[in-house]
Amino acid sequence: MRNVLAIAQKELKSYFASPIAYIVIGLFALLFGYFYAVMLQYFVRAGMNMNPMMGQQALNINQDMLRPVMQNVTILLLFVLPAMTMRTYSEEKRSGTIELLLTSPVTDWEIILGKFIGALSLYGVMLAVTLIHMAVLFVYGQPEWKPIATTYLGLLLLGGSFLSVGLFISTLTTNQIVAYISTFSVFLFLWVISWLGSFSTGFWTDVTAYLSIIEHFDDFSKGVIDTTHVLYYLSLITLGLFLTAKSVDTERWRG
Amino acid sequence: MIEVQHLTKRYGRFTAVEDVSFRVERGEILGFLGPNGAGKSTTMRILTGYMPATEGKAIVAGFDVFEQPVEAKRRTGYLPETPPLYPDMTVVDYLTFVSKIKGVQASERKQRIKYVMERVRVADMANRLCARLSKGYKQRVGLAQALIHNPDVLILDEPTAGLDPKQIIETRQLIKELAGDHTIILSTHILPEVSQTCERVVIINKGKVVAVDTPDNLTGRLHGTVSMFVDVDPNGHDAAAILSRVAGVTGVTEAERRASSIGFEVASEPGRDIRRELAQAVVSNGCGLLEMRPMRVSLEEIFLSLTTEESPAHTAEEPVNA
Repeated sequence: MRNVLAIAQKELKSYFASPIAYIVIGLFALLFGYFYAVMLQYFVRAGMNMNPMMGQQALNINQDMLRPVMQNVTILLLFVLPAMTMRTYSEEKRSGTIELLLTSPVTDWEIILGKFIGALSLYGVMLAVTLIHMAVLFVYGQPEWKPIATTYLGLLLLGGSFLSVGLFISTLTTNQIVAYISTFSVFLFLWVISWLGSFSTGFWTDVTAYLSIIEHFDDFSKGVIDTTHVLYYLSLITLGLFLTAKSVDTERWRG
Repeated sequence: MIEVQHLTKRYGRFTAVEDVSFRVERGEILGFLGPNGAGKSTTMRILTGYMPATEGKAIVAGFDVFEQPVEAKRRTGYLPETPPLYPDMTVVDYLTFVSKIKGVQASERKQRIKYVMERVRVADMANRLCARLSKGYKQRVGLAQALIHNPDVLILDEPTAGLDPKQIIETRQLIKELAGDHTIILSTHILPEVSQTCERVVIINKGKVVAVDTPDNLTGRLHGTVSMFVDVDPNGHDAAAILSRVAGVTGVTEAERRASSIGFEVASEPGRDIRRELAQAVVSNGCGLLEMRPMRVSLEEIFLSLTTEESPAHTAEEPVNA
């Protein structure tokens, strides 16, 4: 465990030593702020135009403002997260520092978990920045905290899945650009895989819907924690890390 | 300390290392010598646990590197061909990170880092980014990294490659100093390095061990005869004839002719010291003795003859001092 933390710490430090952390967090915060401001305006307008006497349902800030913002955020993640994992292994392989890691008295799993936790921590920092916006909502309104908490849990699980798959892809190349593009494409495919089943009904619709990475997020943003979805994300994270371990081991044999 | 038994490494159909076996005793410096692509780095990478062998066994500090890799790695320090530095870390940060993953106790960490930085003379660059270091400093930080956990075994892949002559001498000196506390394997394709630093040499070519011996024995083994270079001012006499008449001389060849002197290569019977007789003969016959020195067969020649198919013609030129 000490080794895992040492590697995670080194990973996190290296993000902040390069421009990656600042660019990723900065641009993410900027776009998040934009979505937030636009949706807030829309929400306020809609609230003013609403006539309770017409029997309309009262607007809910969680459902009608935050949920659309968070849906936009998930799309943002599609672009941002590959940048966090693109260099994890590829850069170590390119610069030869992988020789240091693999000849140190640490196991492959300690390295992999360290790198994963490092990337997840950067992602955590990125999400933490948006908590400021949530705080503003609590100051001027009365949002429910539970759906917000589940949304963040969902974002962590969704992002964690992306990161573990990205980690695996970065073991396959020494080129960061190749790693980024491949990771992005795989994410996008996992996203839209449900389209495959949209023309038929029954079994394949269910399978492709289950496989789609975004179908599982919706419930979290509604404030529901369904174990099916938690399990889906945890399985995907495990699969990504497992493939990473296999890839590192194979690389070793091939030399 | 290190025992390698019948190590073989194949990449697909290509055999990089074939049936390599050798031993290194505690405190010894073993030179691993071979042309580029001979399998030196592959063997070292197997010993350090970076990659597994296809066949064979390697035991480092009492632990099998395949069966108990973590234990073996804990006792091994490794400097790869390119020092594995993180460009965006300072030297101190880098060594701190390495000390953590190499299992140096938190309580000893500061002191250990200070010690290795002084030992390899990088203390003045402690807070500089690794990316900004000169090649020589990078190499030394790489060495510091290998030493940080005070390993029993040090494996250095071409530790002097790319350094300037002064740095090369310093690095060799440092390696010699380290030999007391550590068992060292170093690889190189530079021959004088081996004769200057190592106690024993493994010559490897095309993945196979072609010779294991001390540098001196290797030199002696190849050529039974010992040659002397004698520079003589003939003063009108037939210097070649005078030299040939000396007891124990088996051959005299004119090596170089200058305006006032002739240089001869004089071969003698093995094990017989003819220096006194030679000097006596030259002087008493009225010639001038300008220079006399033994012509040692250089490791270069041994190396070439062991690693090339046809044996190279033995030339009477001076030993190459690279």
